[in-house]
This record gives sequence, structure tokens and C-alpha cells, in this order.
Amino acid sequence: MTFWVESLVILVVLSNLRVLGASRLSACIQTVAFQGALLGLLPVLANLDALSTRLLLQAGASTFLKAAVFPWLLGRALRQAGLQREVEPFVGFTASLAAGILFLGAALWLGARLPQAGPEELRRLVPTALFTIFVGLFVIVSRRQAVTQVLGYLILENGIYAFGMAFAEHQPLLVELGILLDVFMGVFVMGITLFHIHREFDHLDTDRLTALKD
Amino acid sequence: MIWALLGVPMAAGAAAFLIRPDRPRRLLLLAAALAHAALTAACWRLLPGPALGGYLELDAAGRLFLSLTSVLFLAAAAYAVGFLRSSGHSKEEEDEEGFLFDNAPEAVFTGCLLLFLGTMSLAALSQHFGLLWVGIEATTLVSAPLIHFHRQRRSLEATWKYLLICSVGIALALLGNFFLAVAARLHPDLLMTGRELAAHSAELDLPWLKAAFILFLVGYGTKMGLAPLHTWLPDAHSEAPSVVSALLSGALLNCAFLALLRVNAVLCAAGLADFTGGLFMGFGLLSMAVAAAFIIGQTDFKRMLAYSSVEHMGVLAFGVGLGAAAPAALLHAVNHSLTKGLLFLTAGNILAASRTKSVSEVRGLLRALPRSGVLWLVGFLAITGSPPFGPFVSELWILQGALARHRGGLAALYLALLAAVFVGMATIVLKMSHGEPCERLKDLPADDEDPWRFWPPAVLAAAVLVLGLWVPRPLLQAVKEAAAVLGAR
Repeated sequence: MTFWVESLVILVVLSNLRVLGASRLSACIQTVAFQGALLGLLPVLANLDALSTRLLLQAGASTFLKAAVFPWLLGRALRQAGLQREVEPFVGFTASLAAGILFLGAALWLGARLPQAGPEELRRLVPTALFTIFVGLFVIVSRRQAVTQVLGYLILENGIYAFGMAFAEHQPLLVELGILLDVFMGVFVMGITLFHIHREFDHLDTDRLTALKD
Repeated sequence: MIWALLGVPMAAGAAAFLIRPDRPRRLLLLAAALAHAALTAACWRLLPGPALGGYLELDAAGRLFLSLTSVLFLAAAAYAVGFLRSSGHSKEEEDEEGFLFDNAPEAVFTGCLLLFLGTMSLAALSQHFGLLWVGIEATTLVSAPLIHFHRQRRSLEATWKYLLICSVGIALALLGNFFLAVAARLHPDLLMTGRELAAHSAELDLPWLKAAFILFLVGYGTKMGLAPLHTWLPDAHSEAPSVVSALLSGALLNCAFLALLRVNAVLCAAGLADFTGGLFMGFGLLSMAVAAAFIIGQTDFKRMLAYSSVEHMGVLAFGVGLGAAAPAALLHAVNHSLTKGLLFLTAGNILAASRTKSVSEVRGLLRALPRSGVLWLVGFLAITGSPPFGPFVSELWILQGALARHRGGLAALYLALLAAVFVGMATIVLKMSHGEPCERLKDLPADDEDPWRFWPPAVLAAAVLVLGLWVPRPLLQAVKEAAAVLGAR
């Protein structure tokens, strides 16, 4: 069981690094979808001997949304936007990867200092969760394309979800599903806004959205 | 009862998406607003019992904020009828950039407006912190299409900033929720409601609790518009249609404020009142200072109002931070909501007549638009805390709180910032009101003002005036009860 959890954790870390280094948007979308699927499956794999309907429902809903629905929504936004397939970072790929390594170190350091709680094998998730949160925030601020900012938001959400899994197992199902629904609606509304931005401006470059300032 | 409070706006909102003809849809909006207000009024007679195993319950604090939302929504709904009649389907010339834009389908607008009321009610009713988070995040999502009603570039940019900044901010509040769960891990069966957490505060882990509070403050503070997390607010408030700005400023910001107050109550019960108080006062004074800096010399009168919201959120945070002044802060929330509703609705009238938001292009309001001009002046006097209007009373009460707790230095800073905002706004508003009407306002027909667009802000103005002369006993009682629920010391 621990083997499964550890493999998944390593894959999540690698997926974060891949997002930082990937130059094509479609690759980023796939990686984030893969990461969502990993995190959706994690609670099932960590509790193989004590599966409950609730757990399966939660994992199923989360995996379906993050691995199938979100990539489809974002892919559609990208297809509508037509040409822009490159990530166009403010921070170059090598520098992004270097920053990623720094974040990983910071997450490990911070994770070791946090007082421990929660089920033993899920505790290993904490540094990964923190790392994912850092990467999500970094992607939001360091990438030009509006689609990438939505991806950053999803990575951030994945990290927070992983943290919640490690610690807050007593979150009621209703609230859990409410959170998923909100994230879904968030991506949906952002997708619509992306469509409008593209139709209005002919680009999805947030660096050029600068009419409003003081 | 609780289910009706949520169900009426949600069902009406869903129905509004489907109704094709305009007249029944506008009637539905008014009817749902009236029904919601009636239900809320009934809650003053008798607090409804808990629902959903205690996750949803209307306490004194929730009732106060729900009532504010409901009253303001009723005014906004009435105004929206006039607004939609004049610009629901029009293709207008966008003045500042000079190209045509298309207004969003009215059905989407009305539907989202009603869903907005529903999600804000959910935020006021939620006792469980997770559900509260769900409600507040949902308000962001249903209000984004409202900001984007005028389909043009500037509103699109504002919508994108609003969506992204608020979503990321609120995501951090979700992390705060998990931190709170960790802090309560010694007691795993605890419902994550404010009341239960406060009752078991001795068993909470303090370092995690502090960390959770900081995340909540960043998350909900973003939504509430506390500087330096306020950056979405001036854009969204100035680019949204005025009806929506009134709701964003008067009702939505309060929902986030209530969320912060509920977390604060848990920390106060755990003996961390000084910790949260210091943070609240710091953010409060910073917000006031940032707002003052941007109000002075502001060239766009809706942006000026938006920054004034940042300022008043600062006043609220400052008042709560003082602790003793928490009832005063709650009363100020009431006054601010009513006044800001009045100001944004009036700004909508000015905008509709002059077709510009630029301060330098509007002159002679008092002569050209006598009724809206007077409301504009009244609103300005009220929002800057001049007697005899409501905000004067609550701002004075907060000042007294500061002096009573021997915070003379902070009190002086608070007064200086209020004065700076007064001067900044006075320059702008007086320039706009007096003098000969400018070109844009010259040839208006004498009786141009639609009663649907005049009466809602006028009623709000009357309420603000009454609250300045005399605070009704039930309101004072309600404010004190709410402060007691929220753990004011």
C-alpha cells in the first residue's frame, strides 16, 4: 500500500516539473489532467482494505472532473482560440525548472517542520501538496497566456486537495462535493471568459490586458 | 424557512434563464426580491431552526447580514427594471474607446442576479466553514457574468481579473479550512461550525489555528477588498453596470467580512484576540491609506466609489480589530451598505445621462439632473461620515472605541485618513455638482428621470438619514446580539 502511495507521490512531483518545463500548451493540459487523475485515485489506493461507497463516489467524481472534463473544457477553449499553442512564459523554461527545484526544497523543509497529524502514509503527501501549491502559484504569475493561468489555478487546487487528503479526512461528503462543483463551475466560467477574450481581442495574452489601471 | 430563503432566489434564477419575453422576467425578478425580503423580515420575528444537521443555521449575525443583502437586493431589483428597460437590448456606443458593443442577453443577466442573491444567502446562512467557503466561491462565479454585462473590452478585462484574483484568493481560504481541521484534529468528530469550534477552543492547536487565520485573512480579505489584496475591486466595481456595482459593494463585500468575523470568533474563543486584533487593525488602516491615496485626484467617479469601498472595508476591519468596537463595526457595515447602494445607483443615473465616467466631463449636475444631483451630494456627505447621516454615528462610535481602549495614536491616524478621503471626494463631487451644466448634460429633457431609477436610491438615502438621526432600538439590539454571537470582547 505504501508502495502505491509513494509511487503516486513521485509521479505528482514529476508532473509538476513537467508543467514547468513544457513549451506546448497541450502538453501542459495533459500533464495537469494526469496529475488530477493521480490525486483522484490516491485516496482509493491508500485505503484499499477499507473502501466505502463514499470514498469511491468522491474519488470517482474528482477523477472524472479533473482528468476528463477540465482538459476537455480547456482543450476546447484552445481550439476556439486557434493559433496560440505556445506557453510564452515571462520566466524561461530553464529558470522555471530551477525555481521548481527551489520550491521542492522549500516544500520538503517546511513539510518536515510542520507538526504531524493524520494517517501515517498520507502524511508523506504534505511536502508534495505544498510543492504543488507553490508550482500552481508560480505558473499563475509567470505565464502570459490566460489558458496557462487557468492551469495554474487547477494545479493550486490540486495541491490544496492533496493537503486536505493528508489531513482533513473528516470533511463531510456534502462539502467535498460542493468544493468540486465550485471548482468545476470556476473552470467553466473561466472557459467562457477565455472565449470572450479571444473573440474580443484576438489573443489570449493577459500581459496585454492593460486598459484598467490607476 | 432556511430552505425557502435559499430556494426562492435559486429557483427564480433558474427560471429566469428560460423565460423569453422581457416583461414576465422582470416581474419575476421583482417578485423574487420581494419574497426574499418578506422571508427575511419574518426571520426577525422568529429565528428559524437549524437545517442540514446544523450546517445551515440563521444566527443573529447571519440575520443581520442576510437582511442587509435582502434590502439592498430589493432596491437593486427595482432599479434593474428601469435599467434593463433602457439598456437591456441596446447597442450602445462605448464612449471611451469609440466602438459598438452588444449587451449580454437580459435573461442571463437576470438569472445570474437572482443566483447571486441565492449564493449570498448561502454565505450568510452557513455555519459550517466548508459550506461557507462553497457559498463565497459560488458568489464569485455567478457574479462574473454580471460584471461582463456590457460586452466590451474593459469589462472583459475586469471580469478576468475578478475571476482569477478572487478564485486564487479563495483557494487559499480553502487551505485555511484544512489548517483549521488540523488545528481541531484532537477532536476528530467536531463539526466544523464556528459555534462548536469555539466551544472546544481549549482543545485546538494554537500554531495551526494562527496559520489558518492568516490564510483566511488573505483569502476572504481578497474578496472583501482589504489592501493590498484589493486590486480586482476598482476594476470590477467601475466596469460593472451600476446595479451590479451596488450589490458587489454593499452586499458581496459584507459576505466575505462575515466569513472573516466567524473565523475571528473561533480565535477569540481560543484566546488569540490580540493576535487577530492586531492583524485586523493593520490591514484596516492600510486599506484606508491606500484608498485615500487613490481617491485624491481620481479621474473616474465610479472608481472613486470603488476606492471608497476599500476605505470602508478598512474602517470595518479597524473597528473589529479594536474588539470593543465590534458592535460599532457591524452598525457601520449596515450604514456603508445602504449608503454605497445609494451612491452607485445614483452614479448609474449620472452615467446614463452623461454617457461618461470621467469626472472632468461632468459639470452642473444640480441643475441638469436636479434629483440625482441632490442624491449624489447627499450620498457624498453620508459616505464621508458627515452628520447627520448614519455613517457619522458608526464612525464616531468606532473612534470612541479606540479612545476608550487608549489607542490614541491609532485613533488620530484613523481620523487623519478619514479627513484625507473627505477632502479627496469633496473636490471631485463638488466640481461635478455645481456650475453650469456641461455640453453632455445641457439638452436633457426637463423631466428625464425614470421613477424606477430615482426611487430606489432615494429610499436608501432616506434610510441613511434616519439612521443618522436615530438608531432604532431593535437594530441596536440586533447589532449587539450579532456582536455577541461573533465573540466581541
